[in-house]
Amino acid sequence: MDFIQDGFVQAFSLLRNGDAATYSAISTTLRSSGLAMAASLLLGIPLGYLLGYFDFRFKKQIRIIVDTLLSLPTVFIGLVIYALLTRNGPLGQAGLLFSIPGIAIGQMLLSLPIVIALTATAVEAADRNLRLTLMSLGANRRQVAATTLWEVRLGILAAAVTATGRVLTEVGISLMVGGNIKWHTRTITTAIALETSKGEFGMGIALGLVLLLIALTVNISLAGLRRRI
Amino acid sequence: MGKDMEKKEALRNIVSFLIFSITLVSAGVVSMPQDCNGSPDGETLLMATTTSTDNTGLLDYLMPAFTDQTGVDIRWISTGTGKALKLGENCDVDVLLVHAPQAEKAFVDKGFGTERREIMYNDFVLIGPAENPAGIRGNKISEALQAIRSSQNIFVSRGDESGTHKMERTLWSSADVPTPEQEPWYRQSGQGMLATIHVAGELKGYTLTDRGTYIKYESSAEGKPALIVLLEGDAMLLNQYSIIPVDPKHCPKVKYQKAEILSNWLAGDEAQRLIGAFKLLGKQLFNPNASR
Repeated sequence: MDFIQDGFVQAFSLLRNGDAATYSAISTTLRSSGLAMAASLLLGIPLGYLLGYFDFRFKKQIRIIVDTLLSLPTVFIGLVIYALLTRNGPLGQAGLLFSIPGIAIGQMLLSLPIVIALTATAVEAADRNLRLTLMSLGANRRQVAATTLWEVRLGILAAAVTATGRVLTEVGISLMVGGNIKWHTRTITTAIALETSKGEFGMGIALGLVLLLIALTVNISLAGLRRRI
Repeated sequence: MGKDMEKKEALRNIVSFLIFSITLVSAGVVSMPQDCNGSPDGETLLMATTTSTDNTGLLDYLMPAFTDQTGVDIRWISTGTGKALKLGENCDVDVLLVHAPQAEKAFVDKGFGTERREIMYNDFVLIGPAENPAGIRGNKISEALQAIRSSQNIFVSRGDESGTHKMERTLWSSADVPTPEQEPWYRQSGQGMLATIHVAGELKGYTLTDRGTYIKYESSAEGKPALIVLLEGDAMLLNQYSIIPVDPKHCPKVKYQKAEILSNWLAGDEAQRLIGAFKLLGKQLFNPNASR
């Protein structure tokens, strides 16, 4: 069990001594998940709002599909994206296989259903009495819509936190689409998988702690944002 | 009626925002490859290779010298030989460094690769717990496999179509033992070589490994490896590594010239000397044998 202690010691020395490979993995992780989160929030918030706010045919069925997609296995996403991005595949010309944007596309697919489902739930929960109250207070249409969006901001923030957690920690997509190439597409999670397979458990635990530290930083800043809004 | 109007306007707002988002995201995706953040496109040579060349640290040792001397940037993906060949067939990499001669020849014959060039070799060894429950002796691999089978002691297989796995199946059939599959003592790890050695160590089982990866395992075990070499030296256990550029006739976009530069460099004097000088625990991991 020495390697658990080793892991703590190594985690600090990796970060303090500026270990180049570790910082490269950190930067790859942040870049791919940053891109993925930006894209999935941009697309997911309006889609979730549509799904939660309006009534239309097949709404229930679409909701069930979105909820099912919450269980998309990352290795399956990885395989599908690989099949799309391989040079002979439909999107092969783009040259995105084994690249950070390639990983980001897969991770976006992972986080999009989370953002949509949680935004829709937040909108649904807020909608019922809010609209009536606002209208009875004499608010106009635009004010009603804007206020509804404002009221669900914490729900959207929760969606962002949940999706970020999923994207930061996934390994299947990064491994299959990124190829775990040292200095380029090796993320923290694929590095952990590699170190573990090499029997370097201490190093693997150190990298796991580094990832947790990043998650802590992200959540502290989001909590700060939450207090301010 | 006011409610309907309100909904229509909200719908219009959201849909226009959505169109804006989709435009932004797709513009982002399209412009991404150019900024080459981790994208292998452009000038970089992409190689698929086996876990043994990567896990041992050979490539980390060799490739900086290659880039220094030729100016060619290289990246590699380490996986089993089976998947490496598949990546070549799918045009996802430019060059292969692998170790499964039969499958490699088939790869070239099908027109996926141009020329197969032998670079270096080491040998496979049978490793297992020091207590040696199956009583393996001598240097006949076929007798050893028969002994493992009759002792029903655990044997861990790569089970991943890698070069080592292909070799292992050849050995079972040449030992006149039906290749095990679901036997309770036969465990398929589905992982890389070093990972599989660790699995075998935990299970006190036997496994077949290339010598390079075993020396790496031995050196990281700091003098107390759970598994030791129990059989070596059978002529069948030769492990040949070769380089194959992917054929530009099959994959027009492949960086064939750079792949040729790598192939020539690895077969050249300097690289061959470096390969011979690569040691762990004072032991040589790979023997250079490129034909000039």
